[in-house]
Amino acid sequence: MALNGHRGDIEVNNDEDETPTKPLRSAREEMTPDDPADEPAGGTATTGGPGASARGASLHRPGTTRSDSLRRSRPPFPWFGMDIGGTLVKLVYFEPKDITAEEEQEEVENLKSIRRYLTSNTAYGQTGIRDVYLELKDLSLCGRTGNLHFIRFPTYDLPAFLQMVRNKHFSSLHTTLCATGGGAYKFETDFRTMADLQLQKLDELDCLIRGVLFTESVVVSDPSECYYFENPSDPERCEQKPYGLQDPYPLLLVNIGSGVSIMAVYSETDYKRVTGTSLGGGTFLGLCCLLTGCSTFEEALEMASEGESTRVDKLVKDIYGGDYERFGLPGWAVASSFGNMLTSEKREGVSKADLARATLVTITNNIGSITRMCALNENINKVVFVGNFLRVNTLSMKLLAYAMDYWSKGQLKALFLRHEGYFGAVGALLELLHPS
Amino acid sequence: HANCAASVWKSSHSLDKSITLPPDEIFRNLENAKRFAIDIGGSLTKLAYYSTVQHKVAKVRSFDNTAKEASSEKLYEISVQEEITARLHFIKFENAYIETCLDFIKDHLVNTDTKLIKATGGGAHKFKDLIEKKLGLKVDKEDEMTCLIRGCNFVLRNIPHEAFIFTKHADSEFRFQNTHPDIFPYLLVNIGSGVSIIKVESEDKFERIGGSSIGGGTFWGLGALLTKTKRFDELLQLASKGQHTNLDMLVKDIYGGSYGSLGLTGDLIASSFGKSATTDKEFSKEDIAKSLLHMISNDIGQLACLYARLHSLTRVYFGGFFIRGHPVTMHTITYSINFFTKGEVQALFLRHEGYLGAIGAFLKGAEEDNPNQYSWGENYAGSSGLMSASPDINPMQRARSGTFDMLEMDRLERKLVNLPLLEDPSSYVPDTVDLTVDPLAREYWLFCFEDALDGVVKRAVASQPDLPEAVERAEKFRQKYRHKLQTLRQQPFAYGSLTVRSLLDTREHCLNEFNFPDPYSKIKQRENDAALRCYQKAVAALDALGWEEKQFALVRGVLAGNVFDWGAKAFFHSTSLLLLLFVPERPWLVDSYNQWLQRLKGPPHKCAVFFVDNSGMDIILGVMPFVRELLLRGTEVVLASNSSPALNDVTNGELQILTETIAAMDPIIQAGLKEDRLVLVQTGSSSPCLDLGRLDKELTIVVRERRADLVVIEGMGRAVHTNYFARLSCESLKMAVIKNPWLAERLGGKLFSVVFKYELGEPQEGSVSL
Repeated sequence: MALNGHRGDIEVNNDEDETPTKPLRSAREEMTPDDPADEPAGGTATTGGPGASARGASLHRPGTTRSDSLRRSRPPFPWFGMDIGGTLVKLVYFEPKDITAEEEQEEVENLKSIRRYLTSNTAYGQTGIRDVYLELKDLSLCGRTGNLHFIRFPTYDLPAFLQMVRNKHFSSLHTTLCATGGGAYKFETDFRTMADLQLQKLDELDCLIRGVLFTESVVVSDPSECYYFENPSDPERCEQKPYGLQDPYPLLLVNIGSGVSIMAVYSETDYKRVTGTSLGGGTFLGLCCLLTGCSTFEEALEMASEGESTRVDKLVKDIYGGDYERFGLPGWAVASSFGNMLTSEKREGVSKADLARATLVTITNNIGSITRMCALNENINKVVFVGNFLRVNTLSMKLLAYAMDYWSKGQLKALFLRHEGYFGAVGALLELLHPS
Repeated sequence: HANCAASVWKSSHSLDKSITLPPDEIFRNLENAKRFAIDIGGSLTKLAYYSTVQHKVAKVRSFDNTAKEASSEKLYEISVQEEITARLHFIKFENAYIETCLDFIKDHLVNTDTKLIKATGGGAHKFKDLIEKKLGLKVDKEDEMTCLIRGCNFVLRNIPHEAFIFTKHADSEFRFQNTHPDIFPYLLVNIGSGVSIIKVESEDKFERIGGSSIGGGTFWGLGALLTKTKRFDELLQLASKGQHTNLDMLVKDIYGGSYGSLGLTGDLIASSFGKSATTDKEFSKEDIAKSLLHMISNDIGQLACLYARLHSLTRVYFGGFFIRGHPVTMHTITYSINFFTKGEVQALFLRHEGYLGAIGAFLKGAEEDNPNQYSWGENYAGSSGLMSASPDINPMQRARSGTFDMLEMDRLERKLVNLPLLEDPSSYVPDTVDLTVDPLAREYWLFCFEDALDGVVKRAVASQPDLPEAVERAEKFRQKYRHKLQTLRQQPFAYGSLTVRSLLDTREHCLNEFNFPDPYSKIKQRENDAALRCYQKAVAALDALGWEEKQFALVRGVLAGNVFDWGAKAFFHSTSLLLLLFVPERPWLVDSYNQWLQRLKGPPHKCAVFFVDNSGMDIILGVMPFVRELLLRGTEVVLASNSSPALNDVTNGELQILTETIAAMDPIIQAGLKEDRLVLVQTGSSSPCLDLGRLDKELTIVVRERRADLVVIEGMGRAVHTNYFARLSCESLKMAVIKNPWLAERLGGKLFSVVFKYELGEPQEGSVSL
């Protein structure tokens, strides 16, 4: 639920106790943090608290009659949201599960075939993957109930995707394809010429924030969407714990894709991009490919997990023999990333895994320090890290959690979201359903 | 020491050593050296020591009454004395030479009671044993960062034009910054193997507020891994030839164009090395190095900006081996800072950045000498200056700077501070034309100084007729100064902004270096004698005039006297009052005489500070009558003259004698001296030009105490080459005759055009407190 009253006005008709202009935030404030625990699994139902109506605004409540206006304003299936980034294309697909018999009859074959293809496979072509573990089941959207699927493939495989779209005669469905990310602009012509599809281009940060706030609000139970690491400074006791993001604002949102964008978010619509850095996931993978000859993110991560960065990096203790007390620098801190690689004997003494690990640590720590500075400058103490760099990358998440905690002396909290890389695509889908 | 020299050069590798200097011209004045300090970095060693230099100085002394009979008709005698001055030596050389250099120092170190050597830098402990063994000195380690900050404070305070901004492809790549009267607070971003970001609030108060592990070591280490290129310099060379767009994913690679709503242009890097993961091809070493350089520079720039903003600091200096004069890194850092602060903060670099650690370590070891209580000046004669930015333009110079580079700083006898009457000390620029950015003017003046060199050499020889070796020394001076001029032709930015003043000062430094302390002493003496004989007659003639005529005659007198100047090539020899003919009719080129006359009809000034120019007619027949009139009006007068000789300018010592002599003839001057309404002070300078930002502290105290409300600046060097645009908070009068046809034309006039610039000045804020 990521809608302001004015955006959500298409649903308010079926919800008498919701005032049309009531923004999400005020509704949230009325919610008690404990409420989600009482909810059934699946994230479909609403809470029983005073904020329930706000949630219900966009979610289906069994037993409620769908109003005609809702049906009229609802876009035709299929419902997709797409985010075409520099490295990955992220696709979310809503699979309706409440299709009535008559609907089934009316449904064109194309639509069925697309649904079947997407839901019965977990891999598509050479590189497409459905992240099954992220699937949101029994989700109510615009009065429909169904499952939300999360699919990704590399941006370089976009031509193959377009070919598939063409083969499945997607364009005959006369649907709008809402797309965000730079690729929505770059490949707009390709979509038109190769797949006869008109993209509705959306701003990536708008979508991202909308997607984050929506996802976090609909996923109310285990596994919790938002989590943090307890005891980040102690590897033995460091543990992933759910976090209730009931009171999200202000928050610093750090999106680590190929590059990094950092946003200060004060409300769903009031946010600014604070800064960004070009040292992101693309840099990690790019450098790893050059350094180790690997070719995939998973491979690079795998190597990193086996390596030892301290052979590559020069630590404070390598220079000062211990802590640099004059400036309060602990001996274990990295003084110079890759700083040990200046001599050929040392270069020969490190493994590819060591290099991968050092690259990961370098990029992650750097994102950590820039984030920390932004948090200080913006006076924000909650940081949410998202983006596909964090996918299956516990190493980086723990490092970020630790860096935030250590350097801020416990003032800064690093938070993570399960659907880390898909929020832009979710935001694009929301735009399809509730045009702003 | 030819053998030693040879061995140094043999032990070196790869670089072209054909023009390097022998060590005894590098480790100078070792005989009296003490207080050694050494900063050993990853590749360069910086050695610092304090020494004393014996100099010939010209002194003047009145004949006492009894002797006067015996002597000729001269009023004072000139003697050349030996004076000992303090000098700091800083030498930078490659670590490869450490052993040879230590041997050389050991062999030449006599007469020293030094027991310790202060050491800093990453290599200090590695070479500790070697140093202790070779020199027999105990190595005392000092904290690197503390040394760095101390050194930084020292150069910012003592070396004008120390800091500069770097603009690639501009007319002049270097834009030097004025020394701010208050150097604090500032941010120092030191990019060594890692990055340290230090906030400096005062001499002793500084804090490492942050840093990053992505620094020079990352560039070097990653660069070596990725390109198989081992040397840092070679990596930079590679980077300067590469194309980063082959590896970096730009905004336009993702968007197809710009990301308009965020104002991110298409050429912006969205993901460093982002293409090397998805593109299956070989990348060139050059391109890889370039992407790496961009990645690291941008990252450092961004962090620096974030820290600057958090601490509200606008002065951000960059240093460390990653920067150290490398145009490629200065450019990328500048670009990054510009981008991230939208131009609000400029990246500043330091000319002597490589010496900061050594200077700081030295200062730590010399605390008992209180070096910070003195003012120090860069000795242009003994300092290498900043070497060329582009290795391609001047590979030879570059190679040399890679071997031995020197900085010498002289302890000035006087503590220098800015004139309290400057309207805005922080924006005051003494020099009228910056030759660094004006190629035509530069060409002209470099030619002029080269052309005048023969004459200067001749005069230098003539000033020491009793010393036969003077010819040889003068020849050495010629070579030295000609070499400096050649260097400046190649690298106008070597000593900060190139100006007529710096060219003149460099010449004075070179003359002093070869013991020609005052080539004009005899000429000055002769001219002073001659002019003194005319004084009474001249004053009587002026007194006979009506008030208004007299005021004009006084001004004409100052101007006429100023025409007569041995320093100007347009003049040769004359002592005739006919010179008055050279003062053209009004209206002058710059002419606010009417306003001045009007002002004189009003109440007298409280106190006038008069910065005087030449000896002889100028001071005696021009300035003195003018001063006399001010005294008669009830205005106190502070006569400010040079502390040491420069050309034929009257020095404070000479002026003492001249004034006393005049006082003996003139009751008004006599009374002025007696009643302390006429005082003589020294400027602390020995330049034919005038830097109102660096004046003897004593002078500024007098100015404050007497509440001076009029500043008179006389002569081309002080009122045209410098201070022409200087804005003061009180009334000011700038008087000069332009004795150089080129300059006259530049200013829209002819030879002997007159500048008579009377300005009211803006009262300073809070001037009441004066």
